[in-house]
Amino acid sequence: MSNLTVSNSTLALGFSLVLVALVIGYVEKLRIDKDIIIGVIRAIVQLSIVGYVLKFVIKANDNWLTLACFVIIVLNASWNAAKRGNGIPKAFQSSLLAIFVGTTITLTTLVLTGSIKFVPAQIVPVTGMIASNIMVAIGLCYRNMKQTYTDRHQQVLEKLALGADIKLASLDILRDSIKSGMQPTIDSIKTLGLVSLPGMMSGLIFAGVDPVKAIKYQIMVTFMLLASTSIGSIISCYLGYKQFFNDRKQLRDE
Amino acid sequence: MEKIFEVRNLFYQVGETKILKDINLEIEQGKYLTVVGPSGSGKSTFMRILASMISATTGEVLFHGKDIATFEPTKYRQKVSYAFQQPTLFGKTVRDNLAFPFEVRKQEFDESKVIKYLEMVNLNQTYIDKSVNDVSGGEKQRIALLRNLLFQPEVLITDEVTAGLDTENKAIVHKMLNEFNQRGLTILRVTHDETEIANATDKITIKDGVLQNV
Ligand SMILES: Nc1ncnc2c1ncn2[C@@H]1O[C@H](COP(=O)(O)OP(=O)(O)OP(=O)(O)O)[C@@H](O)[C@H]1O
Ligand SMILES: [Mg+2]
Repeated sequence: MSNLTVSNSTLALGFSLVLVALVIGYVEKLRIDKDIIIGVIRAIVQLSIVGYVLKFVIKANDNWLTLACFVIIVLNASWNAAKRGNGIPKAFQSSLLAIFVGTTITLTTLVLTGSIKFVPAQIVPVTGMIASNIMVAIGLCYRNMKQTYTDRHQQVLEKLALGADIKLASLDILRDSIKSGMQPTIDSIKTLGLVSLPGMMSGLIFAGVDPVKAIKYQIMVTFMLLASTSIGSIISCYLGYKQFFNDRKQLRDE
Repeated sequence: MEKIFEVRNLFYQVGETKILKDINLEIEQGKYLTVVGPSGSGKSTFMRILASMISATTGEVLFHGKDIATFEPTKYRQKVSYAFQQPTLFGKTVRDNLAFPFEVRKQEFDESKVIKYLEMVNLNQTYIDKSVNDVSGGEKQRIALLRNLLFQPEVLITDEVTAGLDTENKAIVHKMLNEFNQRGLTILRVTHDETEIANATDKITIKDGVLQNV
C-alpha cells in the first residue's frame, strides 16, 4: 500500500489548497476566514487524536473498548444534533434516542448478516458513518421544524381551536420535517456513482480492492444509511413536535 | 338560565405586563354577548383564554361549573369553538377545510351535510373542489366559519370575523349566526363594527384589561 502514503511534507504542500479558500473568502468579503482557520485546526487536531486512539483501539481489540467508542460517538453526534435544535426542549434526549436506536438497529443488522465483523477496525468507522449521517438528518429535521412552526403558526392555532389533537394539528409539519431529514440521503442515492464515488468506495478502490467488490460494499452502505436516516428522522420528529406544545395542548409562544 | 361561564379574579400577564386585570364575569347559556373595547385592550386575549388556547396566569374559568383546566383540551375546544379574525385555509382545496372537522372527530366526510352548510352561507356545491387560492376574502371567512359550525359547538367565539367584509357578506354571516343562536348556540362576539354594536342586546366593554360594566 505504498501508493497510499502521504508524507508530512506533502500535507504541508496540500495546505496551500486551504489558502485558495482563504483568499477567495477574503476577496469576496465572505467573513469566513476565521471559520476556515478554526475548522482546519480542529480537523488536524481531532483527526490526529482519533488516528492514535483508533490505532490503540484496533490493536487492543477489546469488546468493551469498542463499545466505549460506540457510546462516545453516539453521545457526540447527539450533542451536535441537539445544537441544531436549539430552542426545542429536550433536543439532546430526543437526538440521543434517535441516534442510539438508528445506529444500533443498523449495526446489529450488519453484524448479524455477517456484512461486517464485531471488530473495532470495522465497528468504529461504520458507527461513525451511521451516526454522523443521522446527526445531519436530525439537524435538518429540527431546522425545518422550527421554521415551519413559525411559518404556519396561525394554521396550527386554528387547527387546535377546531379541537384537533396536537398530532393532527402538526401532521403536515411532521411529514415535511421527516422528509427534509431524509432528502439529502435520497438525493445522494440518485446520483450515486454518476457524480461522486462515495468515500467508502473510493477508499476501498484506493486500497486496491476490486471495484466490483467495492461497489457491493457501497450498496450495503447505501441501504444502511437509508435505514438509519429514516429511523433517526422519524424518532427525532415524533419526539420533537410535542415540545412545541404545553401539557394543555397549547402552542408554546417563543 | 344556567350559567355556561363563570370567570373569577382572572389575571393574564406576560412578563411584567398585566394584560387582563381581575376579570369577574358570568355568562348565561344561549346568550349572544358582544364584547367591545379599544384596540389592544385585551378582548382577544380574554376570548383565547375562554377557548383554552392560552391559560390565565391566575384566577378561575368555570365551564358549566367546572374548571376548564379539568377538561381534556381537544374535547373542550370542540365545545367552545374559536373563530379567528383573519383565518387561513388549510391544504389545497375547500374540501380539505371542510373535511377537517370530520377528521378531528374521526368521522367519514359527509358531503351532503357539507353542501347543506355551504348553502347556508350562500355558497354552492361547486365550491367544495375549488382551490383555496381561488376564493375571495368574504368566501374564505364564511368557509372558515363553517369549519367551526359543521359540528355545532356549545359556544362560538367570533373574534372580529366580519371585519373587512362588505355589507352583503356581513348580512350572510349575521343571518347564519342568528339562526344558530336561536337553536341554542351561545355566541361571544368581539367587534369594532358600529352597526353590530348598536344592534347588540348584551354587551360588555373591556378597557386596558379591565372589565368596565356588567
Ligand atoms: N403573548 C403576548 N406577549 C406580549 N404581549 C401580548 C401578548 N398577547 C397579547 N399581548 C398584548 O396584550 C394587549 C391586548 O391584546 P389583545 O389582542 O387581547 O387586544 P384586543 O383587545 O383584541 O385588540 P384588537 O381590538 O386590536 O384586536 C396588546 O397590547 C397586546 O400587544
Ligand atoms: Mg383582537
